[in-house]
Amino acid sequence: MARLFPIWSDEQVETIIARLLQTGVLVAAAIVTLGGIVFLIRHGLSSPHYSVFTGEPSGLRSVSGILTGTLTLQGRYLIQFGLFILLATPVARVAFAVVAFAFERDRLYMGVSLIVLAVLVYSLTWGG
Amino acid sequence: MNIFEMALLVWLGSLMAGFLGALTGLGGGIIITPLLTLAFGVDIRYAIGATLISVIATSSGAAAAYVKEGFSNIRIGMFLEIATTIGAVTGASIAARLPTSWIAIMFGLVLIYSAYASTRPSLLDSGNQGPDRIATLLRMDSSFPTPSGPRSYHVRAVPAGFSLMFVAGAVSGLLGIGSGALKVIAMDRAMRLPFKVSTTTSNFMIGVTAAASAGVYLRRGYLDPGLAMPVMLGVLLGSFLGARVLTEAKSQKLRFLFGIVVAVMAMEMIYHGLTGRL
Repeated sequence: MARLFPIWSDEQVETIIARLLQTGVLVAAAIVTLGGIVFLIRHGLSSPHYSVFTGEPSGLRSVSGILTGTLTLQGRYLIQFGLFILLATPVARVAFAVVAFAFERDRLYMGVSLIVLAVLVYSLTWGG
Repeated sequence: MNIFEMALLVWLGSLMAGFLGALTGLGGGIIITPLLTLAFGVDIRYAIGATLISVIATSSGAAAAYVKEGFSNIRIGMFLEIATTIGAVTGASIAARLPTSWIAIMFGLVLIYSAYASTRPSLLDSGNQGPDRIATLLRMDSSFPTPSGPRSYHVRAVPAGFSLMFVAGAVSGLLGIGSGALKVIAMDRAMRLPFKVSTTTSNFMIGVTAAASAGVYLRRGYLDPGLAMPVMLGVLLGSFLGARVLTEAKSQKLRFLFGIVVAVMAMEMIYHGLTGRL
């Protein structure tokens, strides 16, 4: 990889990205664990329903639904919020690449990264 | 069985899957969906949603280990991600319109191929090729560190690699797996990248590709928090432990054994798909 930032070496940029990803995964895992505990305390003794596909309620399907639902501190919403953070880590990685290529004035790869970022945002908001 | 007992069993199963996946290099995600559908009777759409989550977790979690080695090529990775993410969104949209029995059968076929690929020895390094017009235009050629100083390499057949990556992305979106095996083929065989560069760049791409599919699965309501929670936490811990136990020597015997387990699961998936039970 060519030099991305004038003040940072390639290894430093790569290390920052790796730290970003690891932190994202750890934060997500912590939130999912917390939500899991709340969920199991409240629903652990009910019987599971996973063999019949019903689809999740609308609040658990959209980014805005998850964010508002998280405020109610229900286990399922907390878990879903953690999963959303996890989903956001690769998105953050691509966004970081856009900025890094912009600093380097590499228009070609800034454009390439922007296309990837657009596809990711599309899939999370309107896609499918 | 209540939700608590099931969560505990799914967590244990995912822990084992993540551990074995890291030891053998096959990835833990590949046996989570068969485990959930065959052993726990989970609907395959929920199972695939939960598996995608575990794929993102292991890919992002392993990034630091790969960065340290200094082999990944961010330009190639980012460029090919245009193909894998568009493929992933396409595959995930198709998955929503297909009967689940078809998905089970396709899953079985891909499992058999992955098991077969894992038992084969690592590919030969294809040696240095001449420069290629498109790759030069896209500034993809680079170098990687070796004990005797940096070694440069040229990238070949960008259109072929790009097309194969679209297929890899579509398979990932359709079946919820990382499809690392397909990505490595595209980069090794078509683009003639050195093996170490292709495997590390593939890890970089798996998380981004899976995120594109997972977005669609989330919005379609295939991501169940009660199920994804034990799967994600189990696979994450399992693959972390697996990477600690064996970093260098990937035991040939273990790979063979795991290959057999995967093949048996694949037959079951195909059988259940054909008889319409999945």
